Amino acid sequence: MRLAKVTLIWAALAAAIGVPIALAATSPQLEWRDPIYILGGFSGIVALALVLVQPLLIGGYLPGLPAYRGRRAHHWIGGALVAALVVHVGGLWITSPPDMIDALTFTSPTPFSPFGVIAMWAIFAVALLAALRRRLGLRPQTWRIAHMTLAVVIVVGVVAHGMLIEGTMETVSKAVLCALVVAAAIKVMIDLRVWRRRATPRGESPARQ
Amino acid sequence: MTTLVFNRRTLLAAGGTVLATGMSGLLLPARAAGLAPTPSMSGGSNNYLKGAPTVARIGKGGFWMSGTVRRAGDGAPLAGQRIQIWAHTTEGREEDQRSHGATLTDKDGKFRLEMPQIVPIFGQPHGHLAYDSGEFQTVFLRPVMRSAKETSLEAHFVLQPA
Repeated sequence: MRLAKVTLIWAALAAAIGVPIALAATSPQLEWRDPIYILGGFSGIVALALVLVQPLLIGGYLPGLPAYRGRRAHHWIGGALVAALVVHVGGLWITSPPDMIDALTFTSPTPFSPFGVIAMWAIFAVALLAALRRRLGLRPQTWRIAHMTLAVVIVVGVVAHGMLIEGTMETVSKAVLCALVVAAAIKVMIDLRVWRRRATPRGESPARQ
Repeated sequence: MTTLVFNRRTLLAAGGTVLATGMSGLLLPARAAGLAPTPSMSGGSNNYLKGAPTVARIGKGGFWMSGTVRRAGDGAPLAGQRIQIWAHTTEGREEDQRSHGATLTDKDGKFRLEMPQIVPIFGQPHGHLAYDSGEFQTVFLRPVMRSAKETSLEAHFVLQPA
Protein backbone atom coordinates (compact mmCIF):
# COMPACT_ATOMS: atom_id res chain seq x y z
CA MET A 1 0.00 0.00 0.00
CA ARG A 2 2.75 2.39 1.02
CA LEU A 3 4.83 1.34 -1.93
CA ALA A 4 1.83 1.76 -4.19
CA LYS A 5 1.36 5.32 -2.98
CA VAL A 6 5.01 6.16 -3.44
CA THR A 7 5.00 4.75 -6.96
CA LEU A 8 1.78 6.56 -7.78
CA ILE A 9 3.09 9.97 -6.68
CA TRP A 10 6.33 9.64 -8.59
CA ALA A 11 4.54 8.24 -11.64
CA ALA A 12 2.09 11.14 -11.57
CA LEU A 13 4.93 13.67 -11.43
CA ALA A 14 6.80 11.88 -14.22
CA ALA A 15 3.64 11.92 -16.34
CA ALA A 16 2.83 15.57 -15.57
CA ILE A 17 6.26 16.56 -16.82
CA GLY A 18 7.01 13.80 -19.31
CA VAL A 19 3.76 13.83 -21.28
CA PRO A 20 3.85 17.52 -22.28
CA ILE A 21 7.51 17.23 -23.22
CA ALA A 22 6.88 14.06 -25.23
CA LEU A 23 3.92 15.64 -27.03
CA ALA A 24 5.91 18.79 -27.76
CA ALA A 25 8.61 16.55 -29.22
CA THR A 26 6.08 15.28 -31.77
CA SER A 27 4.96 18.79 -32.81
CA PRO A 28 4.94 19.27 -36.59
CA GLN A 29 6.34 22.75 -36.02
CA LEU A 30 9.72 21.29 -35.09
CA GLU A 31 10.26 20.53 -38.76
CA TRP A 32 10.44 24.25 -39.54
CA ARG A 33 12.77 25.16 -36.68
CA ASP A 34 16.53 25.31 -36.24
CA PRO A 35 18.15 23.17 -33.52
CA ILE A 36 19.00 26.25 -31.48
CA TYR A 37 15.37 27.44 -31.57
CA ILE A 38 14.17 23.96 -30.59
CA LEU A 39 16.66 23.93 -27.72
CA GLY A 40 15.47 27.36 -26.58
CA GLY A 41 11.83 26.28 -26.74
CA PHE A 42 12.32 23.03 -24.83
CA SER A 43 14.37 24.84 -22.17
CA GLY A 44 11.26 26.92 -21.60
CA ILE A 45 9.16 23.76 -21.13
CA VAL A 46 11.78 22.34 -18.75
CA ALA A 47 11.74 25.61 -16.79
CA LEU A 48 7.94 25.38 -16.52
CA ALA A 49 8.28 21.80 -15.24
CA LEU A 50 10.88 22.86 -12.67
CA VAL A 51 8.50 25.55 -11.39
CA LEU A 52 6.14 22.65 -10.62
CA VAL A 53 8.86 20.67 -8.81
CA GLN A 54 9.97 23.54 -6.56
CA PRO A 55 6.91 23.79 -4.28
CA LEU A 56 6.60 19.97 -4.16
CA LEU A 57 10.15 19.77 -2.79
CA ILE A 58 9.79 22.51 -0.22
CA GLY A 59 6.47 21.09 0.94
CA GLY A 60 8.05 17.66 1.37
CA TYR A 61 5.34 16.10 -0.81
CA LEU A 62 7.66 13.83 -2.76
CA PRO A 63 8.22 10.42 -1.15
CA GLY A 64 11.86 9.85 -0.21
CA LEU A 65 12.45 13.58 -0.09
CA PRO A 66 11.17 14.83 3.25
CA ALA A 67 11.19 18.57 3.74
CA TYR A 68 14.78 18.80 5.05
CA ARG A 69 16.19 16.87 2.10
CA GLY A 70 13.70 18.47 -0.25
CA ARG A 71 15.08 21.86 0.76
CA ARG A 72 18.54 20.86 -0.51
CA ALA A 73 17.06 19.60 -3.74
CA HIS A 74 15.03 22.83 -3.94
CA HIS A 75 18.30 24.80 -3.99
CA TRP A 76 19.75 22.65 -6.76
CA ILE A 77 16.57 22.77 -8.81
CA GLY A 78 16.54 26.54 -8.33
CA GLY A 79 19.99 26.65 -9.92
CA ALA A 80 18.81 24.38 -12.72
CA LEU A 81 15.83 26.68 -13.30
CA VAL A 82 18.15 29.66 -13.74
CA ALA A 83 20.28 27.61 -16.16
CA ALA A 84 17.20 26.51 -18.17
CA LEU A 85 16.09 30.11 -18.34
CA VAL A 86 19.45 31.31 -19.61
CA VAL A 87 19.36 28.65 -22.36
CA HIS A 88 15.74 29.61 -23.17
CA VAL A 89 16.48 33.31 -23.54
CA GLY A 90 19.84 32.66 -25.22
CA GLY A 91 18.35 30.26 -27.76
CA LEU A 92 15.60 32.69 -28.67
CA TRP A 93 18.08 35.56 -28.85
CA ILE A 94 20.19 33.67 -31.39
CA THR A 95 17.05 32.70 -33.35
CA SER A 96 15.74 36.25 -33.74
CA PRO A 97 17.61 39.05 -31.93
CA PRO A 98 15.10 41.83 -32.78
CA ASP A 99 12.16 39.83 -31.39
CA MET A 100 14.09 39.08 -28.20
CA ILE A 101 15.11 42.73 -27.79
CA ASP A 102 11.44 43.72 -28.16
CA ALA A 103 10.50 41.23 -25.44
CA LEU A 104 13.23 42.29 -23.01
CA THR A 105 12.42 45.98 -23.46
CA PHE A 106 8.67 45.38 -23.05
CA THR A 107 7.97 46.65 -26.58
CA SER A 108 6.94 43.30 -28.03
CA PRO A 109 3.58 43.03 -29.84
CA THR A 110 3.08 39.57 -28.32
CA PRO A 111 0.96 39.63 -25.13
CA PHE A 112 2.83 36.75 -23.49
CA SER A 113 6.29 38.33 -23.64
CA PRO A 114 6.00 40.70 -20.64
CA PHE A 115 4.74 37.85 -18.45
CA GLY A 116 7.78 35.77 -19.34
CA VAL A 117 10.24 38.64 -18.89
CA ILE A 118 8.78 39.62 -15.50
CA ALA A 119 8.91 35.97 -14.36
CA MET A 120 12.51 35.79 -15.58
CA TRP A 121 13.57 38.78 -13.48
CA ALA A 122 11.69 37.36 -10.49
CA ILE A 123 13.53 34.03 -10.86
CA PHE A 124 16.87 35.82 -11.12
CA ALA A 125 15.97 37.93 -8.07
CA VAL A 126 15.07 34.87 -5.95
CA ALA A 127 18.27 33.08 -6.97
CA LEU A 128 20.35 36.14 -6.15
CA LEU A 129 18.61 36.69 -2.81
CA ALA A 130 19.00 33.02 -1.93
CA ALA A 131 22.70 33.11 -2.75
CA LEU A 132 23.33 36.32 -0.81
CA ARG A 133 20.83 35.70 1.97
CA ARG A 134 23.43 34.98 4.67
CA ARG A 135 25.78 37.72 3.56
CA LEU A 136 22.97 40.26 3.52
CA GLY A 137 21.89 39.08 6.96
CA LEU A 138 18.26 38.75 5.84
CA ARG A 139 15.92 37.92 8.69
CA PRO A 140 13.94 34.71 8.09
CA GLN A 141 10.72 36.69 8.07
CA THR A 142 12.04 39.17 5.49
CA TRP A 143 13.42 36.39 3.33
CA ARG A 144 10.19 34.43 3.48
CA ILE A 145 8.04 37.38 2.48
CA ALA A 146 10.43 38.33 -0.34
CA HIS A 147 10.64 34.75 -1.62
CA MET A 148 6.89 34.18 -1.45
CA THR A 149 6.08 37.46 -3.19
CA LEU A 150 8.52 36.62 -5.96
CA ALA A 151 7.20 33.04 -6.07
CA VAL A 152 3.70 34.34 -6.76
CA VAL A 153 5.06 36.59 -9.52
CA ILE A 154 6.98 33.64 -11.00
CA VAL A 155 4.03 31.24 -10.96
CA VAL A 156 1.57 33.75 -12.43
CA GLY A 157 4.10 35.00 -14.97
CA VAL A 158 5.29 31.59 -16.12
CA VAL A 159 1.76 30.16 -16.44
CA ALA A 160 0.38 33.19 -18.31
CA HIS A 161 3.46 33.21 -20.55
CA GLY A 162 3.13 29.53 -21.37
CA MET A 163 -0.62 29.49 -21.89
CA LEU A 164 -0.65 32.44 -24.31
CA ILE A 165 2.08 31.05 -26.54
CA GLU A 166 1.22 29.21 -29.70
CA GLY A 167 4.22 26.95 -29.99
CA THR A 168 5.24 23.31 -29.94
CA MET A 169 3.39 22.38 -26.75
CA GLU A 170 0.14 20.45 -27.09
CA THR A 171 -2.70 22.54 -25.62
CA VAL A 172 -4.30 20.11 -23.15
CA SER A 173 -1.08 18.73 -21.65
CA LYS A 174 0.20 22.31 -21.36
CA ALA A 175 -2.96 23.43 -19.56
CA VAL A 176 -2.74 20.46 -17.16
CA LEU A 177 0.90 21.18 -16.37
CA CYS A 178 0.12 24.87 -15.80
CA ALA A 179 -2.85 23.99 -13.55
CA LEU A 180 -0.59 21.70 -11.51
CA VAL A 181 2.01 24.47 -11.18
CA VAL A 182 -0.65 26.80 -9.76
CA ALA A 183 -2.14 24.09 -7.52
CA ALA A 184 1.24 23.06 -6.09
CA ALA A 185 2.16 26.67 -5.32
CA ILE A 186 -1.18 27.32 -3.60
CA LYS A 187 -1.00 24.08 -1.63
CA VAL A 188 2.48 24.66 -0.26
CA MET A 189 1.65 28.24 0.68
CA ILE A 190 -1.43 27.10 2.59
CA ASP A 191 0.30 24.12 4.24
CA LEU A 192 3.34 26.08 5.38
CA ARG A 193 1.21 29.11 6.26
CA VAL A 194 3.85 31.29 4.69
CA TRP A 195 1.82 34.48 4.94
CA ARG A 196 1.06 34.03 8.64
CA ARG A 197 2.60 36.59 10.96
CA ARG A 198 5.04 34.90 13.30
CA ALA A 199 4.81 35.69 16.99
CA THR A 200 8.59 35.61 17.27
CA PRO A 201 10.52 37.36 14.51
CA ARG A 202 13.30 34.78 14.60
CA GLY A 203 10.62 32.13 14.73
CA GLU A 204 11.26 28.43 14.78
CA SER A 205 10.86 26.33 11.69
CA PRO A 206 7.47 26.73 10.01
CA ALA A 207 4.57 24.61 11.15
CA ARG A 208 5.62 21.71 9.05
CA GLN A 209 6.13 18.68 11.27
CA MET B 1 -25.80 76.13 0.49
CA THR B 2 -27.05 74.21 -2.44
CA THR B 3 -26.89 70.50 -2.44
CA LEU B 4 -26.12 68.68 -5.62
CA VAL B 5 -28.73 66.07 -6.27
CA PHE B 6 -28.05 63.47 -8.89
CA ASN B 7 -31.10 61.58 -9.95
CA ARG B 8 -31.42 59.40 -12.98
CA ARG B 9 -32.74 62.26 -15.14
CA THR B 10 -29.97 64.76 -14.40
CA LEU B 11 -27.41 62.03 -14.73
CA LEU B 12 -28.78 60.97 -18.12
CA ALA B 13 -28.95 64.56 -19.29
CA ALA B 14 -25.44 65.33 -18.13
CA GLY B 15 -24.12 62.07 -19.52
CA GLY B 16 -25.86 62.72 -22.83
CA THR B 17 -24.36 66.19 -23.07
CA VAL B 18 -20.88 64.92 -22.33
CA LEU B 19 -21.32 62.12 -24.84
CA ALA B 20 -22.67 64.46 -27.53
CA THR B 21 -19.86 66.99 -27.17
CA GLY B 22 -17.28 64.23 -26.82
CA MET B 23 -18.46 62.33 -29.86
CA SER B 24 -18.67 65.41 -32.07
CA GLY B 25 -15.17 66.27 -30.91
CA LEU B 26 -14.06 62.85 -32.01
CA LEU B 27 -15.92 62.88 -35.28
CA LEU B 28 -15.21 66.37 -36.59
CA PRO B 29 -11.42 66.24 -37.00
CA ALA B 30 -11.77 62.79 -38.51
CA ARG B 31 -14.13 64.14 -41.16
CA ALA B 32 -11.81 67.04 -41.84
CA ALA B 33 -8.71 64.86 -42.15
CA GLY B 34 -10.43 61.96 -43.93
CA LEU B 35 -8.86 58.52 -43.88
CA ALA B 36 -6.11 58.33 -41.26
CA PRO B 37 -2.74 56.82 -42.23
CA THR B 38 -1.87 53.34 -40.97
CA PRO B 39 0.70 53.48 -38.19
CA SER B 40 3.56 50.97 -38.15
CA MET B 41 2.93 48.01 -35.83
CA SER B 42 5.35 47.22 -33.04
CA GLY B 43 7.81 44.55 -34.10
CA GLY B 44 6.76 45.11 -37.72
CA SER B 45 10.25 45.82 -38.99
CA ASN B 46 11.88 42.83 -37.28
CA ASN B 47 14.16 40.88 -39.62
CA TYR B 48 13.46 43.33 -42.46
CA LEU B 49 15.91 43.10 -45.37
CA LYS B 50 15.83 46.23 -47.47
CA GLY B 51 15.12 45.86 -51.17
CA ALA B 52 13.52 42.45 -51.52
CA PRO B 53 13.14 41.59 -55.22
CA THR B 54 9.75 41.77 -56.92
CA VAL B 55 8.76 38.15 -57.51
CA ALA B 56 5.86 36.22 -59.03
CA ARG B 57 5.84 33.97 -55.97
CA ILE B 58 7.97 33.39 -52.85
CA GLY B 59 9.32 29.83 -52.82
CA LYS B 60 6.88 27.09 -53.70
CA GLY B 61 3.80 29.02 -52.59
CA GLY B 62 0.56 27.61 -51.17
CA PHE B 63 -0.27 30.56 -48.93
CA TRP B 64 -1.71 33.94 -49.97
CA MET B 65 -0.79 37.31 -48.56
CA SER B 66 -3.09 40.05 -49.82
CA GLY B 67 -4.27 43.54 -49.06
CA THR B 68 -4.82 47.05 -50.30
CA VAL B 69 -2.86 50.28 -50.48
CA ARG B 70 -4.72 53.58 -50.28
CA ARG B 71 -3.85 57.23 -49.86
CA ALA B 72 -4.47 58.91 -46.52
CA GLY B 73 -7.14 61.59 -46.60
CA ASP B 74 -9.25 60.76 -49.66
CA GLY B 75 -8.66 56.99 -49.54
CA ALA B 76 -7.82 56.80 -53.25
CA PRO B 77 -6.34 53.42 -54.27
CA LEU B 78 -2.63 53.62 -55.03
CA ALA B 79 -1.52 51.64 -58.08
CA GLY B 80 2.00 50.35 -58.72
CA GLN B 81 3.12 50.53 -55.10
CA ARG B 82 5.78 48.06 -54.01
CA ILE B 83 4.92 46.02 -50.93
CA GLN B 84 7.62 43.84 -49.37
CA ILE B 85 6.58 40.66 -47.60
CA TRP B 86 8.46 38.22 -45.37
CA ALA B 87 7.65 35.62 -42.71
CA HIS B 88 8.79 32.44 -41.01
CA THR B 89 7.41 29.77 -43.32
CA THR B 90 7.70 26.08 -44.02
CA GLU B 91 10.54 26.96 -46.37
CA GLY B 92 12.65 29.30 -44.29
CA ARG B 93 13.21 31.60 -41.39
CA GLU B 94 12.27 35.27 -41.28
CA GLU B 95 15.83 36.47 -41.72
CA ASP B 96 16.55 34.17 -44.67
CA GLN B 97 16.79 36.01 -48.00
CA ARG B 98 14.59 33.38 -49.65
CA SER B 99 11.73 34.17 -47.25
CA HIS B 100 11.52 37.73 -48.62
CA GLY B 101 9.76 38.99 -51.71
CA ALA B 102 7.90 42.00 -53.06
CA THR B 103 4.88 42.64 -55.26
CA LEU B 104 3.17 45.66 -56.85
CA THR B 105 -0.38 46.89 -56.36
CA ASP B 106 -2.77 46.76 -59.32
CA LYS B 107 -4.89 49.68 -60.61
CA ASP B 108 -7.34 49.19 -57.72
CA GLY B 109 -4.54 49.41 -55.15
CA LYS B 110 -4.76 45.70 -54.43
CA PHE B 111 -1.84 43.33 -53.99
CA ARG B 112 -1.65 39.57 -53.69
CA LEU B 113 1.47 37.42 -53.39
CA GLU B 114 1.74 33.67 -53.09
CA MET B 115 4.25 32.44 -50.55
CA PRO B 116 4.97 29.32 -48.48
CA GLN B 117 2.72 28.48 -45.53
CA ILE B 118 3.40 30.75 -42.54
CA VAL B 119 4.18 28.82 -39.35
CA PRO B 120 4.20 30.20 -35.78
CA ILE B 121 7.43 31.83 -34.70
CA PHE B 122 8.02 33.45 -31.33
CA GLY B 123 4.63 32.22 -30.16
CA GLN B 124 2.41 33.68 -32.91
CA PRO B 125 1.78 32.78 -36.54
CA HIS B 126 2.39 36.15 -38.18
CA GLY B 127 3.62 37.84 -41.32
CA HIS B 128 5.56 41.02 -42.02
CA LEU B 129 4.86 43.63 -44.68
CA ALA B 130 6.61 46.85 -45.50
CA TYR B 131 5.98 49.86 -47.65
CA ASP B 132 9.43 51.46 -47.88
CA SER B 133 9.77 53.08 -51.30
CA GLY B 134 10.16 56.74 -50.36
CA GLU B 135 7.20 58.42 -52.09
CA PHE B 136 5.08 57.89 -48.98
CA GLN B 137 6.07 57.51 -45.36
CA THR B 138 7.45 54.08 -44.47
CA VAL B 139 5.01 51.67 -42.80
CA PHE B 140 5.78 48.25 -41.30
CA LEU B 141 2.90 45.86 -40.55
CA ARG B 142 2.87 42.62 -38.57
CA PRO B 143 -0.55 40.95 -38.97
CA VAL B 144 -1.25 37.86 -36.85
CA MET B 145 -3.19 34.85 -38.17
CA ARG B 146 -6.26 33.85 -36.15
CA SER B 147 -5.12 30.25 -36.45
CA ALA B 148 -1.91 28.63 -37.64
CA LYS B 149 -4.09 26.49 -39.96
CA GLU B 150 -5.18 29.45 -42.09
CA THR B 151 -3.76 29.63 -45.58
CA SER B 152 -4.10 33.35 -46.17
CA LEU B 153 -3.53 36.62 -44.41
CA GLU B 154 -4.51 40.23 -45.15
CA ALA B 155 -2.91 43.56 -44.39
CA HIS B 156 -4.01 47.02 -45.45
CA PHE B 157 -1.99 50.18 -45.90
CA VAL B 158 -3.13 53.78 -45.80
CA LEU B 159 -0.11 55.84 -46.76
CA GLN B 160 0.79 59.43 -46.08
CA PRO B 161 2.95 61.39 -48.53
CA ALA B 162 6.51 61.58 -47.24
